[in-house]
Amino acid sequence: MRINRNIAFTYFWASKRMTVVAILGVLLGMSIFMFMNSMAAGFDRASGESFFKSTPHIRIYKDDVVSAPLSSDTTTRTLIINPKVVPNKVTIENPLQYVQLVKQHPAVTVAFPQVNCPVFYNNGQSQITGTTIGFPPDEANRMYNIASYMVQGNINALAQNQNGIVIGSGIADKMNIITGDHINITSSRGVNMTLAVVGIFKTNNSKEDKSKSYVNIATAQQMLKENGVFVTDINVNVKDPETAPQIAAELSMLTGYKAEDWKAANEAYMAASRMRKIVITFISFTLLIVSCFGIYNILNMTVSQKINDIAILKAMGFNGRDVVRIFVYQALAIGAIGVILGVVFALILVQALQHVYIGGDIGYFPIRFEPWVFLRGILIGLFITFLAGYIPAKKAAKVDPVSIFRK
Amino acid sequence: MILKIENIEKKFYDPVEFKVLNDISFTVNKGEFLTLVGKSGCGKSTLLYILSTMDTDYTGKLTIDGEVVTGYNQNQLAAIRNEKIGFVFQFHYLLSDFTCLKNVMIPALRLGRWSAAEIEHRAMEKLRLLGLADQALKPASKLSGGQQQRVAIARALINDPLIIMGDEPTGNLDSKNTQVVFDILKELSQEHQQTIIAVTHDNDFAKASDRTIEMMDGRVV
Repeated sequence: MRINRNIAFTYFWASKRMTVVAILGVLLGMSIFMFMNSMAAGFDRASGESFFKSTPHIRIYKDDVVSAPLSSDTTTRTLIINPKVVPNKVTIENPLQYVQLVKQHPAVTVAFPQVNCPVFYNNGQSQITGTTIGFPPDEANRMYNIASYMVQGNINALAQNQNGIVIGSGIADKMNIITGDHINITSSRGVNMTLAVVGIFKTNNSKEDKSKSYVNIATAQQMLKENGVFVTDINVNVKDPETAPQIAAELSMLTGYKAEDWKAANEAYMAASRMRKIVITFISFTLLIVSCFGIYNILNMTVSQKINDIAILKAMGFNGRDVVRIFVYQALAIGAIGVILGVVFALILVQALQHVYIGGDIGYFPIRFEPWVFLRGILIGLFITFLAGYIPAKKAAKVDPVSIFRK
Repeated sequence: MILKIENIEKKFYDPVEFKVLNDISFTVNKGEFLTLVGKSGCGKSTLLYILSTMDTDYTGKLTIDGEVVTGYNQNQLAAIRNEKIGFVFQFHYLLSDFTCLKNVMIPALRLGRWSAAEIEHRAMEKLRLLGLADQALKPASKLSGGQQQRVAIARALINDPLIIMGDEPTGNLDSKNTQVVFDILKELSQEHQQTIIAVTHDNDFAKASDRTIEMMDGRVV
């Protein structure tokens, strides 16, 4: 009913100072809530991005098998058991067929075989230890977005040059190599090769830059003295990294090999990320709730101040629901204005922080406008302000006019 | 007959059990100007609050306009007060954050029987009737006590209620204003057939009304 709104807004304007303080409270709570959650989302995305530069969502490989006793009958016979890893090849049998099979899964976006090979980069008398990774370059580029951190040359040049190699910037610096030079490599199986450097990458993770290099899959197989079907890993990317564990389980069933998702492979990282999320959520919610005490407080005060008015309104025929509406409208007006200003302020904060340079592999502060975070903030903010107004309003609705008039 | 009460009884329990109204029954006719008199503490205000439907903690039966309202819930009673009863209090007058005009309009806006423009027109009419047309747009808190009381009477009249109830409606007015208010109430009862029930200490006021009910120790004398 319009008259309830009308009365609510009159009270809203009548106590300007308290109203402004309550709005400021909501503004601060809301903006910090949205800002911190945007920041958390930004951190997650940034660390995810740097994470997935070298890690697939799911890795399929052959797990070591431990020998089983010859007989399971341990009651009638005495068995001497000496379980050991069965000396089996680490290769996946028939890898190309499995790659095709994995690619048919609807959630899979990229899948390719990979061969890891420990190597020495020979630099005169000294040697640099490292790992070279063999893969089909364009598919690997789609997964790791290698092109985005190339500083010299081109990752696609690897596909055109079977004897090409892309090396980390740390190796290039130590060996004084630029694109176009040659590099001599010795593998763990003693194979010695001279490859043409077609590109240099820099991930800003100095350990990787100083040890890693990329070659064609055939080159890696040759270095391990293996044939063209020797594949240690199948790397798989899925549409949503969050669904990786379920899909990993499905792929494991499908192929019979161990499929490990990135979460399981990086427990420590996941635990740290979870903890960060909990802390940020806790702090931001606390702020939001504290700001709503402002609304609760102002409405409680208004109800106490206007108790006489409430009695008069009830005598004139306003019922409990009307009274609740009057005060809830007031709370929602404060909440809505606070939320709108809070969104504006949060946007300003996000904008400002976007231009702060952090350095390392992060670069600029990883924060941006997160529509979902803001939407969630708005809904939670309005809901909490509604609650903060509803509780005092309910009290106001219970006012007994006779007891007020008797005083 | 517009209002009828049968065997109304009410007890207070605080600080000790005390029967404040004892077996009261009477009827009030349409267009009657009734005054309730008696010493303070005799229960006349308590009775008025029961008649107004605001106090529901009693035994007995209350009938307003042919409708037994005893046992109605708070929302039903609020609707009856809004439509059928106008109220004038001794001390608790107006909503101080609103103008006089708005104060008069609020019960009609709640009722929603007329359009907002019509309500404003009616409210001005009522204020003019009480000689307050020039004060209409002032905040209610800026008026003198007597003026506020007259605005409160204008507000009680806005919905053309069947019954106008007053708890010492002239208690705070000087003799001139008391006469003005009395004449208005008299005219309402005679010409518009609206029923007036007023609690008063003013003997002249009571004598000039159609009927006076005197109460003593919770009973009608």
